[in-house]
Amino acid sequence: MYNPTKSDAAFLRRRAQEFRTQVARRIDGSLTEEEFKPLRLMNGLYLQLHAYMLRVAIPYGTLNADQLRQLAMIAERWDKGYGHMTTRQNIQFNWPRLSDVPDMLDALAEVGMHAVQTSGNTIRNVTADPYAGAAADEVADPRPLAELVRQWSTDHPAFQFLPRKFKFAVTGSPADRAILKAHDVGLQLVRRGGDLGVRVLVGGGLGRTPLLAEELRSFVALDDLLPYLEAVLETYNLSGRRDNKYKARLKITLREEGMEALSTRIEARFAELRGLYPGAAREYARIAQDFARPALNAAPTLAHFTALNDPAYAAWAKTNLVPHSDPDHAIARISLKGPGATPGDITAAQMRRVADLAEAHSGAEIRVGQDQNLILPHVPLGDLPALHAGLAELGLATANAGLASDITACPGMDYCTLATARSIPVAQALADRLRPIERELGALSIKISGCINACGHHHLGHIGILGLDRAGVETYQITLGGDASAQTALGERSGPGFAYDQIVPAIERILRAYLTLRQDASEPFIDTLRRLGPAPFKTALYTETRHAA
Amino acid sequence: MSRIFTPKVVTANALLEGDVVYLTEDGTWTRRLDEAELIEDEAIAQLRLIEASAQPHRIVGAYLAEARAGRTGPAPGHFREGFRARGPSNRPHGKQAEILDV
Repeated sequence: MYNPTKSDAAFLRRRAQEFRTQVARRIDGSLTEEEFKPLRLMNGLYLQLHAYMLRVAIPYGTLNADQLRQLAMIAERWDKGYGHMTTRQNIQFNWPRLSDVPDMLDALAEVGMHAVQTSGNTIRNVTADPYAGAAADEVADPRPLAELVRQWSTDHPAFQFLPRKFKFAVTGSPADRAILKAHDVGLQLVRRGGDLGVRVLVGGGLGRTPLLAEELRSFVALDDLLPYLEAVLETYNLSGRRDNKYKARLKITLREEGMEALSTRIEARFAELRGLYPGAAREYARIAQDFARPALNAAPTLAHFTALNDPAYAAWAKTNLVPHSDPDHAIARISLKGPGATPGDITAAQMRRVADLAEAHSGAEIRVGQDQNLILPHVPLGDLPALHAGLAELGLATANAGLASDITACPGMDYCTLATARSIPVAQALADRLRPIERELGALSIKISGCINACGHHHLGHIGILGLDRAGVETYQITLGGDASAQTALGERSGPGFAYDQIVPAIERILRAYLTLRQDASEPFIDTLRRLGPAPFKTALYTETRHAA
Repeated sequence: MSRIFTPKVVTANALLEGDVVYLTEDGTWTRRLDEAELIEDEAIAQLRLIEASAQPHRIVGAYLAEARAGRTGPAPGHFREGFRARGPSNRPHGKQAEILDV
């Protein structure tokens, strides 16, 4: 885990104090809302449908137990006793009072956390593979690189007023678990010979115009990375469209200029900037020391294998455990998608107890996944039964990770002022409908967004659902064939949308068709869809509609 | 051809709490949609919106929202306004915790 320096701590205290003054000036009338809005957005404070919302960064998705306990305290003291995990490794508090937010930022700063640049046209929270440092397949832990980028991008004076928001993701593994291609810049640690370097992808993003990132450079040496990224950002800052917010992202600049022209400009600027950050490699090495893997416990593993005789435990182990690089350990996924749950929501009591369990069983580390679940990255196999029992007491031992009821959903119109339809009740109703058959269905990713901005990553779901307002009625479009894995793909629209009360049976028709169409139970939904194409699924989807017409 | 004006209420969010609020006939703010002033004249609606926007120390983001005459006062004219009036549908701790009949 990164240990914030005195300078880091002083910066957070200074920022929190600065925002305290700004809030006071807004309340006493010295600042108009027009003047105050960009200031609050720079500090992660939105005004949503029913209340203010504070979005707190969880850089590269890593938390320690003390930080999670502090989030629990904040949720109880200044919110309504829970927080909401997002698809970009943030936690959102839905109900703060404006005058309490400075105190919340002070409380975050006490544990090295903040809400800086979680909104606005700046470089947003740097996300990463949630299994970083534990996965068996990684070239190197991506978090030191993500932290270096976070330090470079935080309060960077040249990049506070970009044409639009700008998102980074980092992975250290070829099995991309950070959705690099859905980001403005994706960084992948790679080795060339014995040297560690970075493959750079640019121009991805979801939203109104979903496009996948393309390779800009196959290898950038670590020494060169920050000047290279500076060149990317400067080029975008100068050429990004400021005349139309829907065309202001790097993905549009790339498609308008073409990779060759964009790359030529970036390389030319890089040649001028090379050597700009001479201390970066040394800083990377210093940061990397903080991310040394916690000492792994060589305790007996027998308890895990004995517990597999318990069907509930065996079911959880089958879906919620991921192989660790050490064969006597596992990566444990904690589902925040149990029956009746709001996807990604966690109560303060659950946060505190998960912090205790992380301390007892996982080197006090917790991760937040892009799927809105939590992860304990380093659990000894012999500790897993105790962990499972502890989670069961909290209602967090649902054995559904990667199954149909593990639905990703944005807050939608229940909270979000941009939303055009609800997401959460659709996710809940769909999970209830599919839970009885989800083991038969096998691996399946359903993702729901309540508007075209795609915070629920619907384009990347094997089945995606987009909620829209059509003439004053909630209407849901379906996309098929998206994929958030290393084989990243954008789903294609199936056809006409469905009303709120028709979307759940519509999805069920697709999945009933899959059970008939698959070669056998070992062929996952996405493979059947790729083998046959969308036609037979569309037939099943719209048959009932045609009969009714 | 100009569009026919449909009834509106003036709504905004309270500056300090962020709560959804509505302008009443006497110019005060209420958290209940059914206590709001239902405005059926376009000129008056624009005037009331200007009056509301002149209160930045109390509210943020005033606008005219579609509404219709309900049994006990104005009712939402669009589903978005329904959620704003009631609170989120997944947790009963928005407005519906305090106002049972919205």
